[in-house]
Amino acid sequence: MKIKLNIWKQANPKAKGRFEKYELDGVDPEMSFLEMLDSLNEKLIKEGKDAVAFDHDCHEAICGCCSLYINGRPHGPGEEVATCQVHMRAFKDGETITVEPWRAKGFPVLKDLIVDRNAFDKIMSAGGFVSIDAGQAPDANSILVSKVDADKAFDAAACIGCGACVAACKNSSAMLFVAAKVSQLALLPQGKVEAKRRALNMVAKMDELGFGSCTNTGACEVECPKGIGIDFIAKLNREYLCASFGEAE
Amino acid sequence: MSKLDAKIPEGPLAKKWTKYKASQKLVSPNNRKKLDIIVVGTGIAGAPAAASLAEMGYNVKVFCFQDSARRAHSVAAQGGINAARNNKNDGDSVYRLFYDMIKGGDYRAREANVYRAAEVSSAIIDQLTAQGVPFAREYGGTLANRTFGGVQVSRTNYAQGQTGQQVLLGGYSALKRQVALGKATMYSRRQMLDIVVIDGKARGIITRNLITGEIERHAAHCVVLATGGYGTIYYLSTLAVQSNASAAMQAYRKGAYFGNPSFIQIHPTCIPVLNEYQSKLTLMSESLRNDGRIWVPKVKGDKRNPNDIPDEERDYYLERRYPAFGNLVPRDVASRAAKERCDAGYGVGKTGLAVYLDFRDAVAKQGKKAIKGKYGNLFDMYEKITGDSPYETPMMIYPAGHYTMGGLWVDYNLQTTVPGLFAIGEANFSDHGANRLGASSLMQGAGDGYFIAPYTVSNYLADEITTKVPSTDLPEFEEAHNKVVERINKFLNINGTKTASSFHKRLGHIMWEHAGMKRNEEGLKKALEEIAALKKEFWSDLKIPGKADELNQELEKASRVADFIDLATLIVRDALNRKESCGAHFREESQSEGGEAVRIDKEYSYVAAWEYQGDDKEPKLHKEQLKFENVEVKVRSYK
Repeated sequence: MKIKLNIWKQANPKAKGRFEKYELDGVDPEMSFLEMLDSLNEKLIKEGKDAVAFDHDCHEAICGCCSLYINGRPHGPGEEVATCQVHMRAFKDGETITVEPWRAKGFPVLKDLIVDRNAFDKIMSAGGFVSIDAGQAPDANSILVSKVDADKAFDAAACIGCGACVAACKNSSAMLFVAAKVSQLALLPQGKVEAKRRALNMVAKMDELGFGSCTNTGACEVECPKGIGIDFIAKLNREYLCASFGEAE
Repeated sequence: MSKLDAKIPEGPLAKKWTKYKASQKLVSPNNRKKLDIIVVGTGIAGAPAAASLAEMGYNVKVFCFQDSARRAHSVAAQGGINAARNNKNDGDSVYRLFYDMIKGGDYRAREANVYRAAEVSSAIIDQLTAQGVPFAREYGGTLANRTFGGVQVSRTNYAQGQTGQQVLLGGYSALKRQVALGKATMYSRRQMLDIVVIDGKARGIITRNLITGEIERHAAHCVVLATGGYGTIYYLSTLAVQSNASAAMQAYRKGAYFGNPSFIQIHPTCIPVLNEYQSKLTLMSESLRNDGRIWVPKVKGDKRNPNDIPDEERDYYLERRYPAFGNLVPRDVASRAAKERCDAGYGVGKTGLAVYLDFRDAVAKQGKKAIKGKYGNLFDMYEKITGDSPYETPMMIYPAGHYTMGGLWVDYNLQTTVPGLFAIGEANFSDHGANRLGASSLMQGAGDGYFIAPYTVSNYLADEITTKVPSTDLPEFEEAHNKVVERINKFLNINGTKTASSFHKRLGHIMWEHAGMKRNEEGLKKALEEIAALKKEFWSDLKIPGKADELNQELEKASRVADFIDLATLIVRDALNRKESCGAHFREESQSEGGEAVRIDKEYSYVAAWEYQGDDKEPKLHKEQLKFENVEVKVRSYK
């Protein structure tokens, strides 16, 4: 396969970015998208040019590092995939592929296709935990959790923190990310104790860091590589509302 | 004077840890806030250690090279985490878990450390559950369990096939809480490039800020390395592509001994190599062997669709060779058996380097829904990569480099031979001997982090309460800083023609060929020559675009590859020295007529700890003799 690439290049957070055009020959349809970029970089370096910077690590859709906006979709073509699961067989010979970083106020570009997702860590620090120190835990079997709740909590907990939900949203909202963590912990007895604080604090931090409000369009759900549904956003709204009207803790 | 004192407490095995905790030195809560600790790495050992030490009141500085602590590769562990809770009423106990690990490790691990790992295993599940980790539950609300290879009880807790992710996020959330409370400070996108030793004690580290390229100095009262394993030495492995050995190699160069470097686990169930561009291999959890049956055709080169091959023409070779454990033999045994069949010409797939892992019988017996519930995400992952559905057609699998039992040598305190420098989790060598059993890496890492390091680090710090954090202007910091800068400039000034990745790929080929699943003297000696030649070429023909003072991923890679090359030599030397077969280390010269590994206990019942003597000089071997007082050392048999 021969492909044309239109890739966002930006030297540093303050520099002005631009699209750069590349052509790549001899692309094997069985290559992963990341391996295609590897071979592009191999070629660029040999030609004495600057390589394209992009985040990636585990290559099995669990670390959440990869974050490419391919042909207008976070993580490119395919359902419930992260960038590392996209293969070149999804593209046509001769096709032009546009690759951009996540575009969101909360995720400033660091270089080329790499963005700063520190904001997610900050939101987690605002309440994405159960306040328990090592050594304080009761016997795990003394906390009975119904299989239905455990499975539902797991579905929410499957979030890999990649930020595709934010990138997909025209408001750059982080609602799905926050909803996943708030829901996971609210569904489990262990997390219920501080559920109110958690919902209020995480939402406040999300707003403070420049993420927009929910559009209700569901784009986040469509692009989430782990298939996390917007029913969790409904759960978050409920948790948040109840917490807002409830007694202060 | 031998420095190799493992500092194992006196007394009966089951009382050692209790005795240690009762007699260790403590630091009072008032003094803890005066003490600073550096933790490098945020995986299933590092994040819990950092969080737990911060909870106690120490000031913790935490470093990771990823953009967030949540991305450490522990996140990819799939199958589960063991705990000796006897939840299934099937005869499990701390001793049984200890025994399984000692035997699974082929009698090359230290009894006291392994027993302690088994002893704290149950508390880990309590801790993680309390943090909100959604472990699988039975309908009655209690924890669900499953079985893993090499054992005859069900002691594995799991969260579908994403246990590592859930367990890691538990530790990560505990760490984020401490960050919010101001007790832990997070430094992400930092690669550790040196350790600073002052008056014989580890007192700080040098890091490179991967965004700005700035070289930074950090001082503390002690340093904890939780930097993981080095399976990426083979280039293609199940690890994340950025996983690296650099922190461990810097520690080694600063005087920490390296224990059993050649003990590297080759995981039997991975998606086979598909093409030459491949940058990584994907693991399919060992838990699949609970229900999947492994086979190859009885006739060489049988190209029929696997579903068309009747049972009598299939060779279920694990069930045939190991009737007692069948498909659930330990990883080293399963890997070698697959290689044996493929080398003999019975392999399947395009390359002939694959065997079938078949769920036909399990789906027929339990129904698709039940199988989906257990392995759904793994089947999806397999289908996304290969385009085949394991519900319909057998998976094709082949072994790949996975976990390193070897690592920095540590004593019972998890302290290396450099005082004040600790190594926890996969970064140390201590608990898995020559082969690790499934679902025990999360267990060991989390145990080290939550329940062992907090005690042993405190024991060390008790003597440091009057010591001030050293100034980063001291000559030791200056020197380490300058050396790091010098090395970076050296990389950039080579200006050759080949990329760092191309060297890594070639190194991987050498290692896989000569120091992979099977090793022999001739091949290992050849590997030494080839690595030396590659090293020379690397340092004269490397090409890196860009500059030092910017985000430069090629520079990061080059620095890691340089360390891998040196580690490769160390691995090969260790493999050459150990002329026996044990666990994952299989020397062809030491096998039975049936092709099983033959240990030579009289000569090799020791931990090989290597001391750095200078670049390109032969390291010095120290031996820690292993004593087995609580298990009978036997031929490991799974027949």
